[in-house]
Amino acid sequence: MLKQDIGEIRALILKHKRWDFMFAICGVVALMIGVLTFAALFVGMAIDGLPRLSWDFFTNFPSRRSEHAGILSAWVGTTLVMLVTAVAAIPVGVGAAVYLEEYAPKNILTDIIEINVTNLAGVPSIVYGLLALGLFVYTFGFGQSILSAGLTLGLLILPVVIVATRESIRSIPSVIREGAYALGATKWQTTADHILPYSAPGIMTGIIIGMARAIGETAPVITIGALTFIAFLPPAPIQRTFPFFNFDWLTSSFTVMPIQMFNWTSRPEAAFHENAAAAGLVLVFMTLSMNAMAIYVRYRLRKNIKW
Amino acid sequence: MSKITDGPTSTTELKVKAEARKLNFYYGAFHALKSIDMPIYERKVTALIGPSGCGKSTYLRCFNRMHDLYPGNRYDGEIRLQPDNTNLLNPQVDPIEVRMRISMVFQKPNPFPKTIYENVAYGLRVRGVRGVKILDEKIEQALRGAALWDEVKDRLQDLAFNLSGGQQQRLCIARALATEPEILLFDEPTSALDPIATASIEELIADLKDKVTILIVTHNMQQAARVSDFTAYMYLGEMIEFDATDTIFIKPKNKATEDYITGRFG
Repeated sequence: MLKQDIGEIRALILKHKRWDFMFAICGVVALMIGVLTFAALFVGMAIDGLPRLSWDFFTNFPSRRSEHAGILSAWVGTTLVMLVTAVAAIPVGVGAAVYLEEYAPKNILTDIIEINVTNLAGVPSIVYGLLALGLFVYTFGFGQSILSAGLTLGLLILPVVIVATRESIRSIPSVIREGAYALGATKWQTTADHILPYSAPGIMTGIIIGMARAIGETAPVITIGALTFIAFLPPAPIQRTFPFFNFDWLTSSFTVMPIQMFNWTSRPEAAFHENAAAAGLVLVFMTLSMNAMAIYVRYRLRKNIKW
Repeated sequence: MSKITDGPTSTTELKVKAEARKLNFYYGAFHALKSIDMPIYERKVTALIGPSGCGKSTYLRCFNRMHDLYPGNRYDGEIRLQPDNTNLLNPQVDPIEVRMRISMVFQKPNPFPKTIYENVAYGLRVRGVRGVKILDEKIEQALRGAALWDEVKDRLQDLAFNLSGGQQQRLCIARALATEPEILLFDEPTSALDPIATASIEELIADLKDKVTILIVTHNMQQAARVSDFTAYMYLGEMIEFDATDTIFIKPKNKATEDYITGRFG
């Protein structure tokens, strides 16, 4: 039996606790490097950009004169591209993930596919741009259009959606799945009635995080040939006359927010740099609100589901 | 198979509801069940006892082909279900058909994150029952059958998670009963419950055997003695002894069974 007097034990504890303190300091320093850097960037951008934010900034096309330049074509372009991205990535990503988790036979081929899907998330976005340039723009003949851009970004976020969906499906306890099968449900009944509803919060979060990544992507969109200066809007998706929906906008040329920013920052005049900062603020706001939405959606949908 | 000498209900004639014949089961290369022969009598409670890992749950899950959900599992032999003499393990027999005839209650209550009503309705919905009136009727019947109706009749639209553990397990029993199964499988149904909830489930099992054939896995020997008419003792994937519960607990033929029952082993 190890015999120590109380004084020795206290000294020992004190000595060990020094490491708690040391680690806490290191942790705070590491955290501050991240947080303060972002805060400094954001504050700098806000100081430069805030004075330029006005109603006109949102409703004006880009212009040669910095005080008249706005982001109308950029935010409309971004919105439409994101719409295509969502329509392309959600069904394909969720479908692929459900297939992999619930239907695919567990064999080497499935394992290889699984590993590759995860790796796809790490492929540089410019590579997706090059692929899309060959595939969508030339081979399929979609041109340098909103459709091409949306599909490209859809492809880019597909791994994010697939991985998030699979994680979410996996978090459903096996006894719940077995409970459904034990009642005589088929795979599809189990998937539609249980797997998808219960994994919806995670799937939604994955989709929104993927979209938040896509909204800031520049390289692949430049690669497929988004314009940097554009002073018209794509045809409106909704019209007054029959059939009320119009899909001409899909083939329209376009620009997006990050490209507009990139264009302005490459100008020599300081006034355009302020425009870029203002557009940056809008973009950060868009991204943050999407993340906020993800958190809210997850909170709302999870309220009824606890394992 | 052991000869049944003196069943507790020897006045009524015993009818075989299902019978395992030369049943072997493999998890990949692991031989989990070794040539099991055993009858399940109609409207009786049959308990499976034995130490952890003896294969009693594995055996139970053969009856509703739960092993089909996972790759690498293999059955060999037969489980014949009467009156139509279907071999449940025949690969040509769809496991979904088997599960529509044989329901299961799990170790841990596993209600779906839906309302109480929808939990009980699910088995019926899977079978294509749509009418609100017939659903209401069947759900009430099932909840009464599971001795839960009086506690939940005013809050059928509440989430099942808001029920206590014992109520959740009775809800799972109602869910399994709603489709009027021929056999009800219980896989250690009280192991996650407190003693009071356990008592209510045991009482329920005693009531249910008038309507349905029951096969129950339990790690608790007293429970087997309390609720079952027949008991099978399993060890290392083998059926060591099967007989009327009284016989098993009072004068088992096999020394190994006696050692387990009396607590010298296990």
